[in-house]
Amino acid sequence: MRNIIAFPLLGLAVILQSSLVSEMRLLQGYADLPMLIIAAWALQERVDSAWHWAAIACLFIGFVSGLPWITFVIGYFGIVFIARILQRRVWQAPLLAMFSVVFAGTLLMHTLSFIVLTLSGTTFSLADVSTLITLPTLLLNMLFSIPAYTLMRDLSYWVYPAEVME
Amino acid sequence: MNSRSLQTTIIFLVVGGILALALGGFFGSASNRFGSVFIEIQTWIFTRYRGFQDLVTAPRDIVTLRQENANLEAQVSQLQAQLIELQQRVNETEILAALVDFSRTNPESTYKAASVIGRDPSPFLHYIIINRGSNDNIQRGMPVVTNQGLVGRIDAVIADAARVQLITDPASSVNVYLQNADTNAVLYGSVTGDVSLDLISQNITVNSGDLILTSGLGGGYPADLIIGQVVTLRSLEFELFQQATVQPAVDFTRLEIVLVITNFRPVDIAPLEPVSP
Repeated sequence: MRNIIAFPLLGLAVILQSSLVSEMRLLQGYADLPMLIIAAWALQERVDSAWHWAAIACLFIGFVSGLPWITFVIGYFGIVFIARILQRRVWQAPLLAMFSVVFAGTLLMHTLSFIVLTLSGTTFSLADVSTLITLPTLLLNMLFSIPAYTLMRDLSYWVYPAEVME
Repeated sequence: MNSRSLQTTIIFLVVGGILALALGGFFGSASNRFGSVFIEIQTWIFTRYRGFQDLVTAPRDIVTLRQENANLEAQVSQLQAQLIELQQRVNETEILAALVDFSRTNPESTYKAASVIGRDPSPFLHYIIINRGSNDNIQRGMPVVTNQGLVGRIDAVIADAARVQLITDPASSVNVYLQNADTNAVLYGSVTGDVSLDLISQNITVNSGDLILTSGLGGGYPADLIIGQVVTLRSLEFELFQQATVQPAVDFTRLEIVLVITNFRPVDIAPLEPVSP
């Protein structure tokens, strides 16, 4: 039931992304707060609602963004998929897993955005995209990934409290 | 005369003599020395007394001073907050005044002012979100301007908000008119946020500083909205057209309040375009 916090949290994340984070640019790139939350949430051991959270994030961000919603659906579900695989394999080094998911997730989202927009007729220079958008975004996402992971870990303890053994 | 009266008389005579000698100036050096000793003693005693007084009263003063300091600091922070708020209001008023001037000088259009409340979450797109929507009769395709020039056009609308595609967006293209060269061209956005001109005929002379306006061709935008100036021209003999980089009139990084032109309806000319066999 406590999972219902996904709605206000992801709603707030999308608002912050649109109003605040998108103004904190490094070249043309900026951090992706909803993606960081989804990645960090999916990496938590106790969490079994990561797919639902990804769906809610798609709903919110697809409503605000001009990008076709299919980009976010494939991207966010792909990030959850990567996170769940890594969570099982790199469970002893959660921050390493977080960095890996954020790295792979950023590349996945940007590749998808690039493909979808190119298919819809927008012309991009791959060199410009990689140097001005993707690399700065990667750096910012990596920077924000540590606080995001810590926040979501604490939240997971609240949403999924440890069972008391009798 | 008894001995007591004699003693009193002697004392009076001695004191009177001393006074007579002092008034006659015979005790000058001795009185100076006495005076300086007296002053030194008084100074020493007074200094010690003042030190003792400070010691006794100082804690009370520190408490008072700290309280006053805290009060003053609170006042300063309150005034600073007021100052920031007033500066914001002045800034907003200046922008609104400029927009009112713009709307007065362009009375052929009707405008609806809107505040910018966000940007697109994706760095691939150059969109802004404004706080006016279909409740304010905002419709898709309406041009958005500031007093400086063209900003973009409405891309999507909900009840109380709308998304505006900026002319810097990579998917944006605007038919423009180069006033000095008297020719048409197309303005494209890019992923870097720069705008450039393309499809300028090779036999046209374009100079840096030439003014760029909307041409109105294609029905997407009204004519004669200012876009910017030509910065540099790139002309290669083997290419069909010339290209130019453009300095937009609008500072897209500091958009706060914009005007939506509400009496313009974009024309969809797609059905009139010839279909390639």
